[in-house]
Order: sequence, then structure tokens, then C-alpha cells
Amino acid sequence: MYKLLLCVRYLRTRFIALASIISVMLGVATMIVVNSVMSGFGTEMRSRIHGILSDVVVETNSLDGVHDVDRWMKIIREVGGDDIDSLAAMVEIYGMMTYDYRGQPVMKTVQLIGIDPRTKSDVSPVAGLFETSLDSYQQIKEQGQVVREPLRSAGEPAGWELTADAAEARRHRIELEQRFIEQREWERKRSQPESEALDHNPSALFEPINAKTAKDSDKASPPDFSHDEEPAVAVDPAAPQRARLYVGAGLVEYVYTDEETGKAKVMRIIRPGEDVMISTISAGRPEPVRFHATVVDVFKSGMSEYDSNLVFCNLEELQKVRGMIDPQTKDGAVTSIQIKLKNYDRASEIVQRLSTALPPGLFSVRTWEQKQGPLLAAIEIEKAILNVLLFLIITVAGFGILAIFYMIVVEKTRDIGILKALGATSRGVMTIFLSYGLALGIVGSGVGVAIGLLFVTYIDNIEKGLSKLTGRKIFDETIYYFPKIPTDVSATMVIWVALSAVMIAVLASVLPARRAARLHPVEALRYE
Amino acid sequence: MPDLLILEPTRRLMQTTPIAPVHLASIALEKSYRKGNHQIPVLRGVEINIRRGEFLSIVGQSGSGKSTLLHVMGLLDSPSVGEVLLDGDRIDDLPQKTRDELRNRVFGFVFQFYHLLPELTVLENVLAPLMIRHSMLSYWKRRREFRLAAEEILEKVGLTHRLKHKPNELSGGEMQRAAIARALVAKPEILLADEPTGNLDAGTGQEIMGLLRNLNEQDGLTIVMVTHDESLARSSHRLVRLTEGRLELLSDAA
Ligand SMILES: Nc1ncnc2c1ncn2[C@@H]1O[C@H](COP(=O)(O)OP(=O)(O)OP(=O)(O)O)[C@@H](O)[C@H]1O
Ligand SMILES: [Mg+2]
Repeated sequence: MYKLLLCVRYLRTRFIALASIISVMLGVATMIVVNSVMSGFGTEMRSRIHGILSDVVVETNSLDGVHDVDRWMKIIREVGGDDIDSLAAMVEIYGMMTYDYRGQPVMKTVQLIGIDPRTKSDVSPVAGLFETSLDSYQQIKEQGQVVREPLRSAGEPAGWELTADAAEARRHRIELEQRFIEQREWERKRSQPESEALDHNPSALFEPINAKTAKDSDKASPPDFSHDEEPAVAVDPAAPQRARLYVGAGLVEYVYTDEETGKAKVMRIIRPGEDVMISTISAGRPEPVRFHATVVDVFKSGMSEYDSNLVFCNLEELQKVRGMIDPQTKDGAVTSIQIKLKNYDRASEIVQRLSTALPPGLFSVRTWEQKQGPLLAAIEIEKAILNVLLFLIITVAGFGILAIFYMIVVEKTRDIGILKALGATSRGVMTIFLSYGLALGIVGSGVGVAIGLLFVTYIDNIEKGLSKLTGRKIFDETIYYFPKIPTDVSATMVIWVALSAVMIAVLASVLPARRAARLHPVEALRYE
Repeated sequence: MPDLLILEPTRRLMQTTPIAPVHLASIALEKSYRKGNHQIPVLRGVEINIRRGEFLSIVGQSGSGKSTLLHVMGLLDSPSVGEVLLDGDRIDDLPQKTRDELRNRVFGFVFQFYHLLPELTVLENVLAPLMIRHSMLSYWKRRREFRLAAEEILEKVGLTHRLKHKPNELSGGEMQRAAIARALVAKPEILLADEPTGNLDAGTGQEIMGLLRNLNEQDGLTIVMVTHDESLARSSHRLVRLTEGRLELLSDAA
């Protein structure tokens, strides 16, 4: 009883103890905040990586792909059994995207992915993958003001059709080009009246400046499949190309800082409705192939690696261009089959089963985590190191407690002597200081948890306030792509942090408590 | 006049307990302190038998070792040589835990410098021995009873109006009385009082003495009291002097 009473009294009358409570509190709060934000980023990143990749990916080892997709899918379904949710076939190939920017050709290496948006959405772990990442589904805001409403309604499934806006932009662009060409023609006619008629291939429309070079290289390149069945006369010059693309935002935009306002702005070079040129290689004997494609939409997953690399193309067109369609059976080859599982926990088992069931050498089967192993491992290691460092903060707080407690024990030496003279046991005296430490730890980590959780909850408001205070953006959305700071509070993490803080407080009080317990009563009573 | 004062209680004691048994005793008690390489002897063979219900006074020069003797007899310190006996059984070599318990149950200490706990109120200070004796649960169950006992004792020493005061808000005499109340609340068998009247004026000193005598007569409490005031000491049963580490009998009223 006296233990509790004295413990409470000492806590209430020693303001120095407040210092150790505060240090424990701060340590706990920072650990919670940092851990939550770190794992928020991690989870966000994982979900973005995972968003593009499906749970399990079966890839062919050659770029030629395999024919008879249905047969392979059937095998996969049989092997996977009930665990398979849905499947989607894709063609993945490296390529190059070319477009003009202010008269200069811009070239980007890209990863070209032929998909059917609907089946791709089916295997994606994110509900409505394209609906959340395509530009035309988003509302655009600038400084809190809506500057553009979504162009497609949320319920509309992603497809390869142009939006009215994009079609309008395309028509407008073509008119401009047309006028430009007419003018050039007129000029040429004036200087060279007997020149041959300029061919009206609409594909040349968008390269007015280097149209000539494009035409020249066209001759050297192998047959351009995109124009195979094209009618000789273009019906509507504004009709989009047959190849349609979703282009990663990083490929067609750049971020710059407005000189006047100092605000970061996004400049888009290619808008939906405009055309770009894609080069890649054909299947079979690798030969370069080139084709024009219309950008239908701009894609923004939030993973810069994807957004500056990926170009989604309509599957049939890519198969056709690459010569992957069997002339007899009209069956297109694919290079990968994406699998969505009903329960991701069983992924490694499914991978095992598929690896043995599918012909070796032809396919490789991996989970998305295996595909992105090094990146995920890096995030984990980063988090672990940060945790160790932060834990050191709490340890420092622990040493603070040790020093302060030692002081209090010295200060209370006579009281300890009195208690022992009245019959208190060494253990009893020790308990006073241990429970003192326990109380400090509990109060400190309790308040720390509360502060940490509050901080995490209001992190965006805090960020705004701090940005205003320092006049500098702390969390720049344009860098991270996140509209908000992602946080992920895990109960186990909070409990672990709180418990280890309490543990450290108790451990730190062991030494002073033992000293108190070992005091000789008479010596202690004589202590001045 | 003082003689009458002592004779009265003594006679009564003699009538009730013709030959009271030895309560607390010491055999060839020696205590020395080490100072560097030197051993400084303080007690050099103290032999004393204190009978049950006896009121013993010890006088002696300052630094003669009176406090040391009380500490050793009360198990606060262990003797260098010799034995301490309680009811004929040796107690100074008992395990630490048992000695802690004996200190709590058998002995009541009044220290020369009061030694109250500064963070606790007078009432809480008085309750401290009971808090130490009982577990938290049993204390909680009997807290009313204990509180009443403490208030009763505090009333006896005349501190009813200071229950909620902290020691630093009390005068020396009040602290002394609080210390006595604390020593008595746990109903000890033996009271070891180190100059309980040392800081009091003559009147208050007499009051305290009266209180101690009352306890001794009515409750049969064995009292060992260290004092400088020989006139007060004379009102006890037996008076001894500590000189050169040994006890010499000055007067024995029995
Ligand atoms: N821990 C110690 N170390 C060294 N010497 C000590 C120690 N404790 C007591 N002494 C010495 O023992 C002697 C007796 O001390 P004690 O306190 O018993 O005297 P006292 O008779 O109670 O004196 P007073 O009447 O002033 O209270 C003193 O000379 C003191 O210096
Ligand atoms: Mg003394």
C-alpha cells in the first residue's frame, strides 16, 4: 500500500519526472508517426505496384509468345482449381514512342503492353484499375478549384473510344495541320508548278516538320501492318488510328515551376486525341515495325516507374502489327497470362503447382512480389533501419529516466531509511521505484500513443500548417503523386511501440531501484 | 516530589507482575565502526535485561553511543559482537525478512530527528507502519478501522487538528508527537524512543512523558527511552548511563 501511495506522491511532487515522461512520450509519438507514414507509403506503393501486376504472372520466355491461349488458360484453370479468380492474356514487348514537341522529335523507350481493358481490369487487384488511373475519369483541380469535370462517368467501363473532348481536340488539330499542308503545297506549287501531288496519307498529318524524313524511313521499313487493310481513301480524316493507346503520364507530361507564382505546374505535351508513332519489333524473325497510334487516354498509376514506362495498346492491333496472328487460324499469340487469385495467401503454392504443370522452358511463373522483389525488399529494409534508429531515441529516454531516478533515490535516501526502519522489506522499497518507472512508462507511452495517433490523423492539416509557416511545401504532391500523405496505423505496431517503451522505462528504473533496496537503514537515516 | 511520582507506578507494577520475565536483552553487545584502517569502538560489551512492562531510561554524553545501542537492539543495525535476545531467543542473526517483520510488529521507533516522510500528511505518516504490514488488499478492506486507530492515537498525542498537514508545516514538538503516534499505531510490544522530548519545552516534555508512562502502565508497553534530561529519566523504573561503551546502573526503583 505504501508503495503505491509513495509512488504516486513522488510522481506528483517531482517535476523532473515530467522530463522523462516527455522524453518517453516524444519517442513513442515519433515512432508511431514515422512507422505509420512509412508503412503508409509502403502499402500505397505495394498497392500501386500490385495494381498493375496481377497476383501471379505466367510469362513466356520468348517474345514471340504462345498461340492457343484458350488451351493454356484451361490448363491454368485446371491446375489452379478453385483458387483462380480470373485470367487475362497480354502481349508485352519493348518499344519506342516518338512524337514531335516544338518541332523536335521526342523519343522514349517504353514497355508496350497489349491488353483488353476489360479482362485486364478483371485480374487487377484494384477494383476498376483504369477507372482510377485514367485521366478522363478524374476531376482536375487547380488550387482547390475544379477546372475540369470527369470526361467519363465512373460507371463507364474503360475502352478504346475517344471521349468527345479528345475527338474534338483531334478534329481541331487536323484542321490546323490541313491548313499548314495546304499552305506548303501552295508555296511549293508557286515555286515548282509541276511537282507531284502530295499523298494524303493521314498518318503523315502530324509530322508536318519531319514528314519528309518519316516518309523516307517508311520506305526502308518493313511493311507497316497498320496500313494493310486501310482503304485507299480515308473516309474521315479525323477518324482515329486503329492502334489506340493509354500512355503513362510521365511519358507525355513534365512538371515545371511557374516562375511567377512558384507553384509546380504540369505541362502536357501530348493530349488524348493526338497521334504518336510506336516502333517495336515483330515476332518470329525480329524486324523493326512502326505504326501510328492515337492516344486515347493518359494513365497515372502513381508509380513513377510505371508512369514513365508503360504504354497500353489494344491487344488485337498489337498482335496484328507484330505479326503474331496466325494467318490460317486467325489466332493471336500472347506473351503473358495474368492470374488473379481468390486468396493471395496461397500464391506461392499456386506458383509451385503451375511451374510443375506448365512445360518447362516455355513459361516462367512468378508472383508479383517475386517480380518486384528488390524494390519491396528495399522498402522493408529502410523501414527496419529507421525503426532501429527511432528505438534508440526511446533508449536515450531510458537513460534519462535512469539518471533522474538515481537522483530521486539519492534525494530520498532518508525516506528509504525510514521505511526500512518501519519494517519495509528491500523488495518493497524496490517495488516503489519499479512501479514509479512503470507509471512513468505507462503515462509517457500512453500520452505518446495519443499524440502520435492524433498527429497521424491530422497529418495533412499539420503538413499544411507547417508549409504555411515555413513558406515552403513540405509534402509536394507532384513529387509523390499522392494527394494526401498516406498513413497506415497498425494496431500491432502501436502495441509493440508502447510496450517496449514501458519495458525500457521499467528496465531503466531497475538500477536505481536496486540501489534503493540495498541501502542500509541506519546509514540512510544518517544521510543528510 | 519526583520520588513519589516513580514510586506510585512501580508499586502497582510490582503488585500485578511480581517478577516479570525478561523481554529484551543484550549479551556482550559490541559495535564498532570502521574508519579507514581503524576500528572505532562505540559499544564495548553492553549487558542488559529489560523486563516485560519495564520503563528503562538511558542517559549518556553526546556521542556515547545511545542511538547506536537503540538501533542495534531494535534490529536496525547488527552488532559487531554479541547477541540481542527477544523473549530469550536470539533475534540479531535472523534472516533479513524476519527482522524486517519484527521491526514492524514488535518494535516501535521514535527517532531523535523525527524522520517523518515529507510527502505524506501526518495521518498518512502515522498509518505508514500499517500500510507496510498489510498487503494492499487487506489494507484497503480495513482502511476505516486503521484510520480510526490512527485518529485515536493522534488524539492521544494532541494532533487532531493537524491530520492533513505535511511535516514541514508542523512545529518541532508537533513532529515529535506525530513520530510517537506513528511508533504506537501498530501496537508494538517495545517502544524504543530516542530523545522523544529533546526538542520540546519543559511543559510539553512533561506531557509526552505522561503519555509514555500511561502507555507503560495501562498497556504494559515495554519502553526504552534515551534522554538527556535526568529529571525526566527519574520518573522511569530504571535509569542507566552509557559511558565508554558500557552501561552502569544509576537508579533502580524496582
Ligand atoms: N556510520 C558511522 N560511521 C562512523 N562512526 C559512527 C557512525 N555512526 C555513529 N558513529 C559514531 O558513533 C558514536 C556514537 O554515535 P551515536 O549517534 O550513537 O551517539 P549518541 O549517544 O546518540 O549521541 P547524541 O546524544 O548526540 O545523539 C559517535 O562518536 C559517532 O561518531
Ligand atoms: Mg543520538
